[in-house]
Amino acid sequence: MKRHGFIQDVIKYRAILLMLLPAVLFFLLFAYIPMAGIIIAFKHYDYAGGIFGSAWNGLDNFRFFFESGDAWRITRNTALYNIAFIVVNNVLQIFTAILLFEVGGKWFRKIAQSILFLPYFISWVVVGAIAYNLLSFDIGTVNSLLRNIGMEPIDIYNTPAYWPIILVLVAAWKTLGYGTIMYLAAITSIDTEMYEAAEIDGANIFQRIFKVTIPNLYPTVIILVLLAVGNIFKGDFGMFYNMVGNNGVLFSSTDVIDTFVFRSLITSNDIGMSAAAGVYQSVLGFTTIMLFNYAVRKYDKDRALF
Amino acid sequence: MSVSDANIGSKAVKSVKSGQLDRQLLAIIGYTSLTVLSVLCILPFILIVSSSFTEESTIVREGYQFFPTAFSVEPYKILFKYPEQMIRAYGVTISVTVIGTAIGLFLTAMTAYCLSRKDFKWRNFFSFFFFFTTLFSGGLVPWYLLIVNYLHMKDTALALIVPLLLNVFYIIVMKSFMSNIPEAIVESAKIDGAGDFLIFMKLILPLSKPALATIGLFLALGYWNDWYNALLFVADDKLMPLQYYLYKMLGNMDGMRKAMMGSGAVVTTSLPTEGLKMAMTVVASGPILLAYPFIQKYFVKGLTIGAVKG
Repeated sequence: MKRHGFIQDVIKYRAILLMLLPAVLFFLLFAYIPMAGIIIAFKHYDYAGGIFGSAWNGLDNFRFFFESGDAWRITRNTALYNIAFIVVNNVLQIFTAILLFEVGGKWFRKIAQSILFLPYFISWVVVGAIAYNLLSFDIGTVNSLLRNIGMEPIDIYNTPAYWPIILVLVAAWKTLGYGTIMYLAAITSIDTEMYEAAEIDGANIFQRIFKVTIPNLYPTVIILVLLAVGNIFKGDFGMFYNMVGNNGVLFSSTDVIDTFVFRSLITSNDIGMSAAAGVYQSVLGFTTIMLFNYAVRKYDKDRALF
Repeated sequence: MSVSDANIGSKAVKSVKSGQLDRQLLAIIGYTSLTVLSVLCILPFILIVSSSFTEESTIVREGYQFFPTAFSVEPYKILFKYPEQMIRAYGVTISVTVIGTAIGLFLTAMTAYCLSRKDFKWRNFFSFFFFFTTLFSGGLVPWYLLIVNYLHMKDTALALIVPLLLNVFYIIVMKSFMSNIPEAIVESAKIDGAGDFLIFMKLILPLSKPALATIGLFLALGYWNDWYNALLFVADDKLMPLQYYLYKMLGNMDGMRKAMMGSGAVVTTSLPTEGLKMAMTVVASGPILLAYPFIQKYFVKGLTIGAVKG
């Protein structure tokens, strides 16, 4: 009887199911089948055997990965960079969005908004070129300026210590416009009656910002941060790779899980360990999002992601 | 007028005055910060454009400058002297962007429409089916091996188009937009005898223009700026998209020389490499920056939707 109902439903929704088919096939092929491919991490991969024909080697790939000494470094770098990005980017974006909302004539606002959004539109390759332009030892603008005021030039591309600051600044620079617009949209949708009420109660403009605008942004902040937290163990490959490339000198402060996995796969062709590192990354990410979502759910059910 | 009334009056005057002061203070903070941030956002662009117009010897001697002290169009002359590879890269990027965006946008909209239909019994199941892929993934290696060893997409245009076709986030944004279209429209079309696909094509698509514009632009930007799939899957120069060509040029001037020589042309050893790198950067990002003022407003409108929970 139940089976009958299922078949009837399939017939009833046949057009919708057919319309869903391309997307379902796409995600089956490019997302779910690779999930099954995780078994590569437990195999000694050889091209002749392929994913299923290769011999098992238990946890050797994982052991090799953790014993290489890279695991801790890349995990720490990935997490710390992402935490810094989340904090710096969101604070800066909220700050900018509030200022754009509160001050300026129409033209000033429009021009500022357009310029702030500009970096979002260029590729990381171009950002890499700009960075080189500014930071190179011989002909970089930063060092030209230092030389002009009689200071020693800095060999930035050979000094790991500078990179955390540089990368955080670059990430803030590239995403500022995008995030600002998101928050600006959220601010614009705040009920104007709340502002009027605050004004009647004698709130000055700063009190209005801190007591009305910012608390009203919390839902947006929570969603954006929750989404970002799920990716806390994912490095932005395009960014790190174009800013630093395969510059081994800087790895201590710039190597993240994604650049490590890419290098082991493409450069050193170490498929087993690369897959193991990828599985490690996925499990860490999945656990983090589950824990955070659970925490948010406990705090406020409506604000959780699922 | 009683005493207390007068008191309130003077208080009000005072608070209006301090309110004005606060506003002025905020205006100073606002204008200064926004101007500084805007300058920081635009300076790097001035730097590359200026460097691309500076004489090579000056760059080598004095470094990259914000304003060209010794003007030269030499880098552009050389760049356009042997343009075959560049034109080909442009061709690849434009075709991939157009085809990918068109197909991707259609599939995104169609999928989102199915998920937005409240009478569709399995919509939660399918929503979760898509959403789960953002929570957990097999990682780069199985994905890469699948595309190269099993689907044999290496060195085909498919490798540049297919991986970017569908994105769960875009489906969610589109779905949340379509969910706001009144259900009565669908119902009345059904009574008139229209099928689901027809309803989607004739009713939902025209009503979803703002969302389509936004997601279309996101997709187009993704394709235009993509170099990662080329890095992974393209070894053939004929299939090199623009950003990947730029990436290769920046990393390797010898490769650039070779590419530019094309059909046996002689390139002197005194190639203005630094200026050339910057000229190429300008050429590769030029179109998107020229189109930018026109498409920006759609982004701004569309992000309003994006900010709403899916």
